[in-house]
Amino acid sequence: MDDKVIRVLLAKIGLDSHDRGVRLLARNLKDSGVEVIYLGLYRTIEEVAQTAIQEDADFCGLSMHTGAHREAFPHLRDMLDSLGGEDIVIIGGGAIPEEDRRALVASGVAAAMFGPGANYNAIVEWIKTNAPARNS
Amino acid sequence: MFTQELLDKSSLLRKKWEDEVKKVIAKNPDMKERWSTVSDLEIKRIYGPEDIKDMDFERDIAYPGQFPYLRGNQATGYRGKFWTFRMFAGMGTAVVTNQRWHYLLSTGQTGLSTAFDFPTLMGYDTDSPKAKGECGKCGVAIDTIDDFRDLIKGIPLDKITTSMTINPPATALWAMYCASAQEQGIPLTKIGGTIQNDMLKEFIAQKTLMCPPEPSVKLISDTIEFGTKYVPKWNTISISGYHIREAGATAVQELAFTLRDGMEYVEDAIRRKGLHVDEFAPRLSFFFNSHIDFFEEIAKLRAARRIWAKAMRERYNSQDPRSWWMRFHTQTAGCSLTAQQPYNNVVRTATEALAAVLGGTQSLHTNSLDEVLCLPSDHAVQIALRTQQLIAEETGVVNTIDPLAGSYFVEALTNEMEEKAWEYIHKIDEMGGMVAAIEKGFPQMEISDAAYKFQQQIDSGEKVMIGVNKYNIEDEVVDIPIVEIDDGIEQEQLRRLAETKRKRDSRKVAECLKDLAEACKKGDNVMPYCIEAVKNYATVQEICDVYREVYGEYRDPGIY
Repeated sequence: MDDKVIRVLLAKIGLDSHDRGVRLLARNLKDSGVEVIYLGLYRTIEEVAQTAIQEDADFCGLSMHTGAHREAFPHLRDMLDSLGGEDIVIIGGGAIPEEDRRALVASGVAAAMFGPGANYNAIVEWIKTNAPARNS
Repeated sequence: MFTQELLDKSSLLRKKWEDEVKKVIAKNPDMKERWSTVSDLEIKRIYGPEDIKDMDFERDIAYPGQFPYLRGNQATGYRGKFWTFRMFAGMGTAVVTNQRWHYLLSTGQTGLSTAFDFPTLMGYDTDSPKAKGECGKCGVAIDTIDDFRDLIKGIPLDKITTSMTINPPATALWAMYCASAQEQGIPLTKIGGTIQNDMLKEFIAQKTLMCPPEPSVKLISDTIEFGTKYVPKWNTISISGYHIREAGATAVQELAFTLRDGMEYVEDAIRRKGLHVDEFAPRLSFFFNSHIDFFEEIAKLRAARRIWAKAMRERYNSQDPRSWWMRFHTQTAGCSLTAQQPYNNVVRTATEALAAVLGGTQSLHTNSLDEVLCLPSDHAVQIALRTQQLIAEETGVVNTIDPLAGSYFVEALTNEMEEKAWEYIHKIDEMGGMVAAIEKGFPQMEISDAAYKFQQQIDSGEKVMIGVNKYNIEDEVVDIPIVEIDDGIEQEQLRRLAETKRKRDSRKVAECLKDLAEACKKGDNVMPYCIEAVKNYATVQEICDVYREVYGEYRDPGIY
């Protein structure tokens, strides 16, 4: 595997099918040379965490529009940590109120949370800048 | 449309005007080179007689109530009756939503429209592990007919029409409505309303997915057949462009894919059920988006009526004018609203609502200013409803029918919408129809491309969203009340469901579900079996589990 290629896993969990944003991000990332694994809709946190580890992802992102983000992101962090994925960086987006976005970053659960209306090029740049150095 | 003399005169005057434009531009260049709609359709600086010279007044325009229905189905326009003010509402338990409905009717709303929660929309009960945390959040939770009875309590089913936004589990929810009406002594021939029941747009855009496309269409034909025979005033489908547009489609794509979906349903009902087109086509209804580009939307809605009329008469040899009429509901564009500076959303929604009215909608939902952030508050819903009432009763736009007819620009744009839509429709025909096109990922990819292009235009500032990429406020504090649904709702609904399950005859439920499974396997119409099952307190999930078991589950291919 080319050790310079950044790998990002993206998914939607639960029953929420608002996938316009996450698919746009997937496409923007792919076009800028990032390797994207998009798991699609209706995934569980367990599936997302396991796949992130199997796929050796640098970033693991959830897009959420249901209001369940306050539980989902910490759960994902715990799952990744317990499976040996402590280095995998969590990012998030969707319809998440600013206060909650700040709290998730401040508590160290997520590295970045992108709100509605975020500039996609800026998200891609952020991912490229903050990609962890690979030692595999 | 015009005499040669007029066209010659116009050509002369146009030349003069063009010379003048050139002079002005040399000194004061335009702000940008290319001017286009929100869908990126290029618009000319001016339109004149030459842009619509090939139109034939009788063939292409005519009067309301006359083929091709460009100007509307009803001869009297909005003078006899405004469009239906139909606001989408639902949250918490059936009891809570019922209270909201009574409140909405008391404020002047004239039709009801049901928002269900995610578990109900996906065919899961509140006690399913998949439903945890979702109960009543984005709409009302309905598990059994007990919930449904509470939902419609005190609503006169023979007077108020109710629309239900439900897709994969549509048969189960409609069965509950039919069974409840019968319990109240109201014959099925008297009840009116709509189930969305449009699965093709789910595969294309909204992705509330359950079974694969083929059996999904079969279930829809079952409802069309059942409605035709027993519930003649019910709209058994609302063929929807709304979600296609929200997923990022252009106006032309919304128009083309929606109408081609409609044709797919018509063809399936004829082929599978042996129905004659005119037996069921008058009850097909449509649902469009009204986005922010004012004239593009008006042109799209006008073109939709004309395309459908032509398709019904020419493609399916329909003889009944009621089959040629396209009746549609419209909702303003949720995706045009912004979380930033949310009060601006009132202006966006008003503009979009006005376009829907000028496009001749029969029914309208106006979004609330806070819907990007949360479920709408009572106050925000009231402003949205008042927006419609204001358009209807203050602005004067209802005084005359189709006031933009004959506008060089609007007619030319309407023609362009229609031509481009037919190109897509023919392309999908060549692929073997919409199910085949969906299996190839064609409409999904076209929409994905359009969404990507628009997003790039927003990121680069080529297209403007106020508050997002222009006139932003640094460190804006959004100060509007956020509506949250109490988590106690879930406990209450779990209690209600457990109580119903306790009191029912579970052997009878099992028998009903077995009969339903048999009907599915034999290809019989499922509706009578669904009605019997819900009367015996089968849940939404139990019915949907039968479908999942017999027809299989569909997995989202995650195209991007």
